[in-house]
Amino acid sequence: MNQRNDSGTVKWILIVISALFLVVMLILPLLYVLITAFREGIQIYLEAVTDTYALKSIQLTLEATVLAVITNTIFGLFAAWCITKFNFGGKKIISTLIDLPLTVSPIIAGLIFVLTYGRQSALYPFLKSAHISIIYAVPGIVMATIFVTFPFISRELIPVLTAQGTDEEEAAALMGANGWTIFRRVTFPHIKWAFLYGIVLCTARAMGEFGAVSVLSGHLRGKTNTMPLYIELLYQGYDFTGAFAISSILVVMAIIILILRSVLEYRGKKNEE
Amino acid sequence: MEHKYYVEMRGVNKSFGSFQASKDINFGIEKGKLIGLLGPSGSGKTTILRMLAGLETADNGDIIIDGKVVNDVPASKRGIGFVFQSYALFRYLTVYENVAFGLKVQKWPKAKIKERVAEMLELVGLTGLEKRYPNQLSGGQRQRIAFARALAPQPQLLLLDEPFAAVDAKVRQELRSWLREMISTVGVTSIFVTHDQDEAIEVADEIIITNQGKIEQIGTPKDIYKQPVTPFVAQFIGQSSIVENFQRFAGFEHANNTATHAVVRPEYVAVTKKEEYVRYPIHTEEGVIEQTAFRGSEIELKIRVKDTVITASRLLDDKPVEVGEKVNVFIYRVYAFDDKKAYVIENDALAHPDSVII
Repeated sequence: MNQRNDSGTVKWILIVISALFLVVMLILPLLYVLITAFREGIQIYLEAVTDTYALKSIQLTLEATVLAVITNTIFGLFAAWCITKFNFGGKKIISTLIDLPLTVSPIIAGLIFVLTYGRQSALYPFLKSAHISIIYAVPGIVMATIFVTFPFISRELIPVLTAQGTDEEEAAALMGANGWTIFRRVTFPHIKWAFLYGIVLCTARAMGEFGAVSVLSGHLRGKTNTMPLYIELLYQGYDFTGAFAISSILVVMAIIILILRSVLEYRGKKNEE
Repeated sequence: MEHKYYVEMRGVNKSFGSFQASKDINFGIEKGKLIGLLGPSGSGKTTILRMLAGLETADNGDIIIDGKVVNDVPASKRGIGFVFQSYALFRYLTVYENVAFGLKVQKWPKAKIKERVAEMLELVGLTGLEKRYPNQLSGGQRQRIAFARALAPQPQLLLLDEPFAAVDAKVRQELRSWLREMISTVGVTSIFVTHDQDEAIEVADEIIITNQGKIEQIGTPKDIYKQPVTPFVAQFIGQSSIVENFQRFAGFEHANNTATHAVVRPEYVAVTKKEEYVRYPIHTEEGVIEQTAFRGSEIELKIRVKDTVITASRLLDDKPVEVGEKVNVFIYRVYAFDDKKAYVIENDALAHPDSVII
């Protein structure tokens, strides 16, 4: 009896602590963002959001996100497939390397790209003669975003693919099905929800990426400024309303993605039953 | 002569790293036969099956199906039906789509597919379940669907990996006779893997016994039961007690054999109460009952005879025996074995009938 009473008290203490934590760390700041954004009226808000540079930054963020997600979807699928379905030497090393972007600080990731493709690099003359600019240009931003977000999809897929085993694929192969048919009819239905979930996570992370992109962007207004960078720029210039207005857009996007995430998680779980 | 066997392996070896899963495998199977690959787990029976299917490649040796060496033919082109231990039904496809899968891949016309699936479902007695998903089926039903799916594209060879392992005991019994019947109806050459000797003996026309990557014996269930040729088979088949220096026992003193160990199977031991009639008194031993256990159709007895415990049985209708009771034990035959070979040795009373007339 004593123990049961204890666990009741413990339960409520834990709930209160968690709720307080969420309010202080998450809900208050989010409310503050929205309140500050609309503080000077909806007119000023709309002006801040429809500013040419603001629109450019939204456009660039969307572009970088879409490109990163597409690249990582393809890469993540291939990587997860080869790690779970084949046995080869160096498999452990590859699966560890996939997780690298999660452990390396984004600033360092940015610097790596600057060193690899910047002026001091041995590759620079070739890039220059081919008129390809990566550093302080859009390709650099896209590359940084890809780098930072590439573990998300494969990490979602590897556990489902491992759990599934290879029996069903072998059965399909024995009946003469080719690789594409096996993937489409047998494998993909299994990984569909995990796959979509990975895409959502990847999108969320790509939109918000700041560190690596900041190093590579060069902060050219209207050219290489993504939303997070533009927000910082406004903030540094004491344009709080502007900064928070753009932030509110990012927040709304994040909430949409959160909802999507929950829906997918729910559908995935239901599907498993 | 060349087409005597439908499926053949000649000198096949297979290693996984330093582990040799198959050592010099040689066998031939006639068309239309139902073969059981029997052995303890890790004995290499599944490896043989997977090499036949093309899911593993042999390191060397020839795998021959229908007169053609198929070593380099990919699994998908061998035209084999395979039933997995886990059944490996496609979870996200309906029963209909599962059975139709192989036909669709082979680009059968739609109407024909429909006809064939209906035919297969009727064959396995599951007509009406077309729209179900595998997780809405019972274990036995899944097994039947796996079977229907494997047979739908009309394979010439059907391979089954532990087909009954995943269903419970009662369903297993039912499925065994069902499978036996089904395969003789369809007339497809079949090989199934099992570690259960009852299953192999009951279902198979011929049994291939594997142990530690090698084939120990090939023969009909009767041959394997009555004439084990290796020590392993003698011990593996049947419910056996192993005795040392079997020549000590009454009736075996004159056994002219260098082998010292022997297997005594319960069905070759007659246990009689002291007051019951004994036909061959000088060839009969005395034993003490150590344990009795009810086994449904019989009473299983552990009897100590000359410091060795032997398993035997009595029928339920026989007069009951009690623990500690002295009984007469007559051993009809033993399977003696040395390191290499096994020999069948009859009790003297039966081997030389003249000597019994006293």
